[in-house]
Amino acid sequence: MAATWMQRISPGKARLLTGGRGDAAFVCTVGVQRQPVSVAHHPASVAHHPATLTAPHRAVHSLSSSSSSRLHRFFSPPPSRALSSGPVSAPEEKMSDNVRVSPWAKVLTIDTMNPTVKKVEYAVRGPIVQRAVQIEKELREGVKKPFDEVIKANIGDAHAMGQQPITFFRQVLALCSYPELLNDNTFPEDAKSRARRILQSCGGSSLGSYSASQGIDCVLQDVARYIERRDGGVPCNPDNIYLTTGASDGIMTMLKLLVCGEDEGRTGVMISIPQYPLYSAALAELGAVQINYYLNEEKCWSMDISELQRSLEEARTHCNPRAICIINPGNPTGQVQSRECIEDVIRFAAKERLLLMADEVYQDNVYAEGCQFHSFKKVLFEMGPEYSDSVELVSFHSTSKCYMGECGFRGGYMEIVNMDPEVKAQLTKLVSVRLCPPVPGQALMDLVERTATLSALAEKAKLTAEILNTVPGISCNPVQGAMYSFPNISIPKAAIEEAAEMDQAPDMFYCMRLLEETGICLVPGSGFGQKDGTYHFRMTILPPMDKLKVLLTKVKEFHEKFTNQYS
Amino acid sequence: MSQLRLINPKVQNIRALELDTLVRKAVRIEEELKQGLKKPYNEVINVSRCNPHATGVKPLSFFRQVIATCSYPTLIEGDTMPLDVRERAKTLLGECSGGSIGSYSFWPGLPHLQRSISKFISHRDGGVPAPPDNIFVVGGSHQALKLLLSILVDGSRSPPAGLLVPVPWKTTSVTNMEAVGGVAVPYYLDGQQGWRLRVEELRGALLSAVGACHPVALYVSNPGDPTGHVQSRESMEEIIRFVFEEKLFLLADEVHQEIVIGEGCKFISYKKVLAEMGAPFSDTVELASLHSVSQGFMGEGGLRGGYMELVNMDPSVMKSFYVVLCQLNVSILGQMALNGMLNPPKPGDPSHALYEEEIQHIRSTMIHNVTRAMKVLNSLPGISCKPIGGGAYMLPRLHLPHGAIQQAKEEGRLPDCFYCSRLLEQTGLCVCPGVDLGLPEGTHHIRFSIMTSMDTMEEVLRRLSTFHKRFMKDFS
Repeated sequence: MAATWMQRISPGKARLLTGGRGDAAFVCTVGVQRQPVSVAHHPASVAHHPATLTAPHRAVHSLSSSSSSRLHRFFSPPPSRALSSGPVSAPEEKMSDNVRVSPWAKVLTIDTMNPTVKKVEYAVRGPIVQRAVQIEKELREGVKKPFDEVIKANIGDAHAMGQQPITFFRQVLALCSYPELLNDNTFPEDAKSRARRILQSCGGSSLGSYSASQGIDCVLQDVARYIERRDGGVPCNPDNIYLTTGASDGIMTMLKLLVCGEDEGRTGVMISIPQYPLYSAALAELGAVQINYYLNEEKCWSMDISELQRSLEEARTHCNPRAICIINPGNPTGQVQSRECIEDVIRFAAKERLLLMADEVYQDNVYAEGCQFHSFKKVLFEMGPEYSDSVELVSFHSTSKCYMGECGFRGGYMEIVNMDPEVKAQLTKLVSVRLCPPVPGQALMDLVERTATLSALAEKAKLTAEILNTVPGISCNPVQGAMYSFPNISIPKAAIEEAAEMDQAPDMFYCMRLLEETGICLVPGSGFGQKDGTYHFRMTILPPMDKLKVLLTKVKEFHEKFTNQYS
Repeated sequence: MSQLRLINPKVQNIRALELDTLVRKAVRIEEELKQGLKKPYNEVINVSRCNPHATGVKPLSFFRQVIATCSYPTLIEGDTMPLDVRERAKTLLGECSGGSIGSYSFWPGLPHLQRSISKFISHRDGGVPAPPDNIFVVGGSHQALKLLLSILVDGSRSPPAGLLVPVPWKTTSVTNMEAVGGVAVPYYLDGQQGWRLRVEELRGALLSAVGACHPVALYVSNPGDPTGHVQSRESMEEIIRFVFEEKLFLLADEVHQEIVIGEGCKFISYKKVLAEMGAPFSDTVELASLHSVSQGFMGEGGLRGGYMELVNMDPSVMKSFYVVLCQLNVSILGQMALNGMLNPPKPGDPSHALYEEEIQHIRSTMIHNVTRAMKVLNSLPGISCKPIGGGAYMLPRLHLPHGAIQQAKEEGRLPDCFYCSRLLEQTGLCVCPGVDLGLPEGTHHIRFSIMTSMDTMEEVLRRLSTFHKRFMKDFS
């Protein structure tokens, strides 16, 4: 503590160590301790920004601090407002006239709001989904349609698609929610002992207590052990685990930590195309540069190092690429990367000094014959100390996507590897701003275990590719993992032109028509990004077998009709 | 070596809290106790922030029964659970896709939740309408605040945007602002007058911001967190006139609205006051009002549920905001807790009697805790403690002896951190130092939660008084 304090009161050192404005505030406060109140008015407004703490400013402070502390600001001459064009009216006005009618413009308008928010788009819940919700309402109101229900095949929502929750998890959750049930002998003993263990780790033995912001201690330990088992004994330190609100919270947090710099120094992040739109949305919101690398559709959506190199070099001309995101198994593309490919990517990241962000939320959903999930962590450690001691890796997992399919609980974790301790401290501070992830989701994370039988999914995946590939104009890569197919569809020129007239992407036009005519809700490939001139849609393979067959037949019929109509 | 050494300056700029250091120390002490290390106490009590269930307050049975039943729907059969619980669970499951709480809830939450919230608000506000389209389900009030600040603040702008925050402040109002690249502009509540808010002070704060930032919003907390002050209608009207004149967005944190215990105190929502002030205020002032399941009688912070109501928001901003909100997936149990808070058991329901009993118990516990704390603390030398009107905290002021201040300085610490740190080491009691609440140096405070069981509060007060007496003796 003493050392920290000493560093704090030396402005030069404070800057070097953390550069935080909090430290500058301390510096300022310590400097003029005798007039605490007046000085304390300033930390937020001035001292928080060391850059603006110029000498004249300091002079004003020390002068004013000799006057009455609460009033000094009224006596200091109001300097002219730096930003008179801002939404707040000029101060001279304020002082002279207390009862004034403001102009009617809003504080928050499309012009004054944070511009990065405007750039955010989110295809998975875009116009198609909004229309689907509307159609459902119309159906309820008795509007006649050529179908009686909307089939939402746009999102991987296992339970909504009829997958049964795993009884054991739900028993544990019920016991944790209402611990009086621990006296109920209809609950099995193993569920009870698990619930007791979780509750012991919760404040006051209640899921309703805030947890530590990194997560419940026993869950962190259990997750670490789970990772060790998964990775054949590669060690995992619970202190490197952060529980999150679904994987998206973790991804957003890491990106937030990473993004800095201006202009050509602005952080760039490599993402695969097709990508999961969470990434583009997050990067847009953070004002980071999105760097696209294309997956190779001809080779079952694999990653080519030459393509990575191309996109990286192109990006280096206008930004500072600092991270590469990989989704494995792929979303929306459903491929599972080979071990060799992962090794190549690790070597690439090491050579180019990139942070690896491995989105592995579908790791338990690998079912194609001959495919196996390899975690980046395991491969990294098996490549030896040259890599395992230096390559920075963050991997993400969640309760939503594995065989558990518990999307509603918003549980997830990230594991950080080789992260600089100072950066880790900043990460810990950042996650503590949001207090803690939902505790029931944390409890579910505790129950992660790989016990699922994936044969049903394997069968559905196979059937999907088979049926779609019988349709002229649709070609579908084998679905190896995750829960989506991402077939390539050819769209006739006339349809493309009609779409252009409506200012729609061709596959958006296609999916909208499909929805209106059949009630099937899919996501157009344009929402994920794709090579120019190619068109796709993403469809989940989760519906029960009989429903899936109907779905595929309907898609097939629609595609044939659509093609005929426009050629 | 590290690729990451260079990180987002906004993240660096989020202030480090002394409380975080203390809590880490508390966790270490707990581990030592577990390992059998001998200490003059056998458990750590953390009342540094309001975390009711962790400090002995019992969760409300009805809601927990509903949640358990939804988690494990087998409980709908049989008679382990009361009839109204089973019926509620059935209704809620009917609203989840696939009848499972494990489904993604389509934004903006369970279909009927928005309407329930609307009814709740309108009922609370004596009939002032609350259109469901302006209401959004969120994962707690902090998430709501973060989202609102993320649209209000353009982090790349210089000078940065400013948020007027009361001192003493709720730390998250400041850290969230810093996280989006904005600046907190403090306005000081009057500690001599029960932490009342004075409009002249707001004007002063606005002036202090000149040149350093451009203020876009005013944050108010009512009942006050951590002051316990409950605002009067007159004071709220003044504030509304102020934000109207100065063109500031009004962020009203009303998460403690259920806990109002002071004599003559009454919670009135900003929404109601605004509506009743009429034009030009009611149709121009942009207001966001936040509420959550974390505080009040529910105290379900771990479930992360809440809502925000937006008033007079520009429609084109709303449209952009939707896209951001669409990405929210609010934890399903948080939504269920919210449903419970809005629709408690009604008279005649099988669970009603127990529910009423539990609520009454919590209320009388709070009153008891505050009365006891006032009595004990004010009997100690060098502590003064004012009555509170509501909310979750006591915020006593410490008058520390010169010797203690000197010693703190020698150890390189702020006096109230020095005090809190010793308190934790010697008694296992963790409270929040005033410096984290923005309180000016030279005045020393501690904050602790009153949302505890009576037993816990007695123990808190016992440890605090024993420590304090010794501390005063040691340093005078």
